[in-house]
Amino acid sequence: MITLGQALNRGLRAAMTRDPRVVVMGEDIGRLGGVFRVTSGLQQEFGADRVMDTPLAESGIVGTAIGLALRGYRPVCEIQFDGFVYPAFDQIVSQLAKMRARSAGRLALPVVIRIPGSGGIGAVEHHSESNEAYFVHTAGLRVVTCATPADGYTMIQQAVTGDDPVIFYEPKCRYWDKAEVDEDAPLAAAPALHAARTVRAGRDLTVLTYGSMVRPALVAAQIAHEEGRSVEVVDLRSLAPLDLPAVLSSVRRTRRAVVVHEAPTTLGLGAELSALLTEHCYLEMEAPVLRVGGYNIPYPPARAEERYLPDADRILEAVDASLAY
Amino acid sequence: MIQLLAPDGTLRADPRFPLDVTPALCRDLHRDMFLARRFDQEALALQRQGELGLWLMALGQEAAQVGSIRAVAAHDHVFPSYREHAAALCRGISPAEILAQWRGVAHSGWDPARYRFHIYSLVLGAQALHATGYAVGVRLDGAQEVVLAYFGDGASSQGDVNEALNWAVVARAPIVFFCQNNQWAISTGTAQQMGTPVHVRAAGFGLDTYFVDGNDVLAVHAVTAQAADRVRAGGPPVLIEAFTYRIAGHSTSDDPRIYRSEAEVDLWRERDPVARLTTLLRAEGWADEEHFEQLDREARKLAEETRAACLSLPDPTLEETFRHTFAQEPPLLRQEREAMSAYQAGFTDGADR
Repeated sequence: MITLGQALNRGLRAAMTRDPRVVVMGEDIGRLGGVFRVTSGLQQEFGADRVMDTPLAESGIVGTAIGLALRGYRPVCEIQFDGFVYPAFDQIVSQLAKMRARSAGRLALPVVIRIPGSGGIGAVEHHSESNEAYFVHTAGLRVVTCATPADGYTMIQQAVTGDDPVIFYEPKCRYWDKAEVDEDAPLAAAPALHAARTVRAGRDLTVLTYGSMVRPALVAAQIAHEEGRSVEVVDLRSLAPLDLPAVLSSVRRTRRAVVVHEAPTTLGLGAELSALLTEHCYLEMEAPVLRVGGYNIPYPPARAEERYLPDADRILEAVDASLAY
Repeated sequence: MIQLLAPDGTLRADPRFPLDVTPALCRDLHRDMFLARRFDQEALALQRQGELGLWLMALGQEAAQVGSIRAVAAHDHVFPSYREHAAALCRGISPAEILAQWRGVAHSGWDPARYRFHIYSLVLGAQALHATGYAVGVRLDGAQEVVLAYFGDGASSQGDVNEALNWAVVARAPIVFFCQNNQWAISTGTAQQMGTPVHVRAAGFGLDTYFVDGNDVLAVHAVTAQAADRVRAGGPPVLIEAFTYRIAGHSTSDDPRIYRSEAEVDLWRERDPVARLTTLLRAEGWADEEHFEQLDREARKLAEETRAACLSLPDPTLEETFRHTFAQEPPLLRQEREAMSAYQAGFTDGADR
């Protein structure tokens, strides 16, 4: 049994072993091994040229990673916390995302940006944000997130292997979750990076969720089960692109959907999924798509986050409302 | 300020940069600048006639660009800003490849790998970080290359440029930053842009620095060659501030008479980079009348070719942008592209779009 943090570490090690062009860079990721120790031991193993402690400058991290990628390297950057990604916003949105299109397909930027995201660990301000919608909105970026150690291990390797830039969210409240990870399974046998996964089968309603919210969704589904309701839980894993066939396949069967994420609901993944479901299976639905998300306020102080974050009870409220519709 | 060729066309001795100029080098640099200026004028005409959406003249900055790019090796990678047309031409990039962006048929018209010349960056200063990261890769590769990164006085206020200068020193990046201080960031002069000159700030970051007359192609060439040699030999990164002047407006959308005096522009016209080298070539007898007449003919031919190539640039399709958004096109995007194509195709059957 290993934690998500350890699984990501081993996935990075496997990626670096496989391809000498993979380099890891970020603030405090070398000697310290990162504030969450995800890169622990990598600098000792691969050296300071491949595991680079950088100056404290997020735009610089992404901007120089772009330059390294132009030179033929495959950089994996760490942004120390979600709320620190904004200084790099131009480099991500105007440079990283668009370089392929701006160069008429002549330039590829295989850069992975790891972001410990979302809240739930009692952190100070700017350390608990769910800002994925900004990047999902930007053409040219892949945005993924893992919810389990097994996914962390495979998805980080798949992200590094691809030729498109990837924003890789790691739910920091899940870093210490433990599970079995089969490190010997061939990467090619793993589900595709863009594929969603049904993590609990059900008949009456589909909960569409990802990252930190997969666990409370599963708790809610178990409680619903004990109350005689069969709730399916789909872990989207990839937020851009969305695995729409998987989503439609589930919702067409259950005919009801609740989207759960930590991010504020306005123009979030829930809004997008609601629109897609309306466009694709309006007449097959028994109830409107409901959203359970963060409130539309700045992330609150730590001692109020328990009431801000969606939990099993709030998810069940939405499940009940949908089923009663 | 380092100067080897005065505005009146006379050579100045500088003990740091022995005058080893040859007639051939002077003729070559002069030719590059002369042709770049003719290209620039033709592009302006094309914009005024509605054939380009926008044009940003390099007029007055030819020495800074030609002198610097000719001083690095052909395999040294270059990261331009967006006004480096003279440098681009020196790298062999064609007029059509340069104009494609300004005609609106592409976001960039050339293959950066082929010319070792990255695409233009319109978000100011962003390329300074790309160049720095690229240079770190050069060091990791153990390659004997130097990276040349251009930016301007306005961009020197950007965080990205300041991050890049610091980063380059910390990461021992083999890079030469070349700041063309043309004294105007659209309508904002250097007095409103900075309290301390760029080369002085760069020294504070730990770079080796040079302050050079940007309208003196011989000085720019000598300084850049020395800087590139030192970086290639393992020295610290370098910043060169070339003091020059933007004779035209920022772009064809700009009327510089609103914010600066004609007298100021006239002063800089007297310091013209091409004229002073012409004077030297004539005075030293390094080029005869036949040489200049031949150059005129060459420039006319370049202008004609530029015009013809511009007018024959094919319009882009939306399909191309779809296809270049991802390496592997996501299914939803493919569906959207196919729907768009089908919709567009509906207009082609005799219908007027």
